[in-house]
Amino acid sequence: MLVENLAVLVLAGFVGFAVISKVPNTLHTPLMSGTNAIHGIVLLGGLIVAGLGAEGVLDKVLLVIAIAFGTINVIGGFLVTDRMLGMFKNGPKRDGSAK
Amino acid sequence: MSRETGIQLLYIVAFALFIYGLMGLTGPRTAVRGNWIAAAGMGVAVVATLLTPGLGNWWLILLGVAIGTAVGVPSARQVKMTAMPQMVALFNGVGGGAVALIAWVEFRESAGFAHAPGHVAVASLFSAVVGSVSFWGSLVAYGKLQEVITGRPVGIGKLQQPLNLVLLLVSAACAGVIIGGGDAEVLILGLLLSAAALGVMVVLPIGGADMPVVISLLNALTGLSAAAMGLALDNTALIVAGMIVGASGTILTNLMAKAMNRSIPAIVAGGFGGGGGAGPAASGDQTVRRTSASDAAVQMAYANQVIIVPGYGMAVAQAQHAVRELADMLEARGVEVYYAIHPVAGRMPGHMNVLLAEADVPYERLKEMEDINREFSRTDVAVVIGANDVTNPAARTDPSSPIYGMPILNVDESRSVIVLKRGMAPGFAGVDNALYFDAKTSMLFGDAKSSVAEVTEELKAL
Repeated sequence: MLVENLAVLVLAGFVGFAVISKVPNTLHTPLMSGTNAIHGIVLLGGLIVAGLGAEGVLDKVLLVIAIAFGTINVIGGFLVTDRMLGMFKNGPKRDGSAK
Repeated sequence: MSRETGIQLLYIVAFALFIYGLMGLTGPRTAVRGNWIAAAGMGVAVVATLLTPGLGNWWLILLGVAIGTAVGVPSARQVKMTAMPQMVALFNGVGGGAVALIAWVEFRESAGFAHAPGHVAVASLFSAVVGSVSFWGSLVAYGKLQEVITGRPVGIGKLQQPLNLVLLLVSAACAGVIIGGGDAEVLILGLLLSAAALGVMVVLPIGGADMPVVISLLNALTGLSAAAMGLALDNTALIVAGMIVGASGTILTNLMAKAMNRSIPAIVAGGFGGGGGAGPAASGDQTVRRTSASDAAVQMAYANQVIIVPGYGMAVAQAQHAVRELADMLEARGVEVYYAIHPVAGRMPGHMNVLLAEADVPYERLKEMEDINREFSRTDVAVVIGANDVTNPAARTDPSSPIYGMPILNVDESRSVIVLKRGMAPGFAGVDNALYFDAKTSMLFGDAKSSVAEVTEELKAL
C-alpha cells in the first residue's frame, strides 16, 4: 500500500512538472491561483477524519474549522481564478481576430 | 463493484479532470474552461469522499462547509483586482491551516502515533509542520501585502538564521519524540507552535519585492503538505492533487526567482533590501527635475513612440483605466504606445497583465521584458507609472546594490523618461533609484490615477 502510494506520488510529481513547463508570463497569477484552489483538496482529509471519528468537543471544533478552511480554499480559489481569467477574455480574442 | 472501488474510480476521474484543467490553464484561450474543469474534478473528488462507507458526523461536515462557503464566496467575489495577491496568499494559508489542524486531531484521536505504522506517523507530522509553516507564513505575507504590517524586511540581523534553525530543530525534535512513541499532547502543540514561529520568522524578514516568490513557494508547500496527508490517510486523491501542486508550484517559484536573478535559498535566507548601509547615500546632494501635467502631455503628444512601464503604484492607485484612456488619446494622435511588463512588476507575476486586461488594453500591446528592452533606445518617452525597482539602473551598474544582477527594464536608454510617483520614497526593496536623478528624467509627483487623468485632460486640450 505504501509502495503503491509512493509510486503515485512520484508520478504525480512528474505530471506537475510536465504540465507547467511552458506557461506565458501573463498566466502566472491565474495559474498560481488555480493550483492554489486544487490544493484545497485538503478538504477531503477533513471530511474523512470528521466523518470516521471525532469524539471530543475540541476535536469537533478543530475539524469544523479545518473543513471550513478547506472549503474557503476550494471555493474561494476557483472563484478568484475565474474572475481573473474573465479579464483576459477580450485580449487574446482581439489578438486572434487581428491575425 | 464494491463501494471502495467505486470511490477509487471516481478519484481517477477527478485526477484526469485536474490534469486536463491545469493543461487548459496554461494557455490564454483555454484557461477559463480549464479552471472550471479542475473545479468539476474537485466536485467529483468531494462527492466520492462523501460516499465513504460508515461516514458520520454529517452535521459537523455541513457546518464546516456552510461556514467555509459563507466566508469564501463573498470574499472571492468582492475582492478588488489590486488586492488579488494577498487574497491568494490567504486562500493558500487556510489550506495549510486545515492540514495542520487535521494532523493535530489525528494525534488526539489515536493518542499519539505509537500504534500507527511508521510512515503514517512521519507523513502526518511532516504535513503538520509544513501546514503550520504555510499557514502562518501566508498570514504574514497577507499582512505585508495588505500593508497591515510593514512591507520592509523586519529581522533580527545575524541571529535570524540560528533562530530559524533552532525552531526547525525544535519541531523536528518534537516529531522525533512522537515517532518514538511519545503521546503527550504538549509534543504536538510544541511542534505546531515552533513550526508557526518558523513560518512567521521566515517570511517577516523578506522584503516586498520578493513576495511573489514567497507566495508561490508557500503554495507549493501547502501542496506538499496535502500530499503527505494523503500518504498518512491512504487517500490517492490527496496524494495526486497535492503532489501536482507541489511540483508545479516549485517550477513556478523557480521561474519567478530566475526572473529576478535570485536563488530561492537566498530569498528564504531573507534580508533583501534590508541592509541599512547598502547603496550609495547619494540622494542628499542630487536633485530631481519636476514636471507638470501639461509639459508631460506635450512631451508625449509629439513623440513617435511611447512606452508605458506600469508597476505596483499603478495597482495601488487603481490607475489602469486612466492609463488606458491616456494610451487611447495618444494612439488617436498617431503615437505608438506599448506597455513594458517586467516579470515581477507588482506583487505577483502577471499582476500587471491582469490589471491592464481588466482595463481592456489590447493583448498585443503588452510586451515582455526581453522584447521591449530592444525598443527603449528607439523610444521618445518612457512613462514609468509607479514602478521603481524594476527600472533601477543600479541593478546593471552597481555591484554594491542589493538588487544588483536583477534583470531590469532599460528605461534609461530611452530619449526621455517621465516618472509618475507619489513622492521620493524608495521602492519596496528600499533602494534609491538612480533613474530619478538622470538628466533626461522628469518627475510628475502625485497620485498615479489623478496624474494620468490630468495628462489626459491636457492632451485633449492640445
